[in-house]
Amino acid sequence: MAVNGALSVATIVAALLLAAWYFVRTALDRAPNRIDLLATVVLGALVTVLVVVAVIGLFDGSRPQELGTFLGYLFTTVAFAPTALVLARMEPTRWGNLILGIAAIVLPVLVLRLQQIASVPVV
Amino acid sequence: MSEKKATATRPHDAALNTGIGRVLLLVYGIFALSASARALVQISTHFSEAPLAYLLSAVAGLVYIAATVGLARGGARGRMIALVSCSIELAGVLIVGTLSVVDAVAFPDDTVWSHFGSGYGYVPLVLPFVGLWWIAKHRP
Repeated sequence: MAVNGALSVATIVAALLLAAWYFVRTALDRAPNRIDLLATVVLGALVTVLVVVAVIGLFDGSRPQELGTFLGYLFTTVAFAPTALVLARMEPTRWGNLILGIAAIVLPVLVLRLQQIASVPVV
Repeated sequence: MSEKKATATRPHDAALNTGIGRVLLLVYGIFALSASARALVQISTHFSEAPLAYLLSAVAGLVYIAATVGLARGGARGRMIALVSCSIELAGVLIVGTLSVVDAVAFPDDTVWSHFGSGYGYVPLVLPFVGLWWIAKHRP
């Protein structure tokens, strides 16, 4: 399945590194600056590419057994970074960076769940 | 770097839905979504397998939704909604967590609260404590 490729691994690694960065920024009591916000924009773009590839995969590969759950996770995954960005921009304190950090640490979980669900194809 | 420190002092009467409250809003939102989506899938596809666990999933979802709404609203009423739902959440995770360990047959590992939320990195166990602490800090 499409979600099991190198792109997923790259997304997961990038998200975990970013999460560590945001937690350090929170600990140092810094509000999200332009670079912090842009980094989540880039992560969101990476995730969007992953989701688009996964959706394309639905049309020429084997579909996962729990298709509804898979689509739900795809939607949540793609909406996640933008939601965190909106919240973080409302919170110009250290907690804004914590919001970005939580988003960056939850995204790998979502990608892993997508992989799990995708690995059970319809027989 | 000449960046200024972000939060030197937080006003004593700052709103429930700012600061850490906004972080809690995100985390509660995540759990509101995951718990209720999980319940929806369970109830619509294989309800008869473990009705008690799936109904509890739905209850957990509703509790998280209520807490999210309360935290987002803020004010006296939002605080009350958040206080009640966080208390139910705490009781829920402790009771369901204990029962799922003691009586594994009636509770297959199928709700956010089973085994004290071990399937969710024990966040469901820690979250109500953080929520209640934050609400208590905002005693009007």
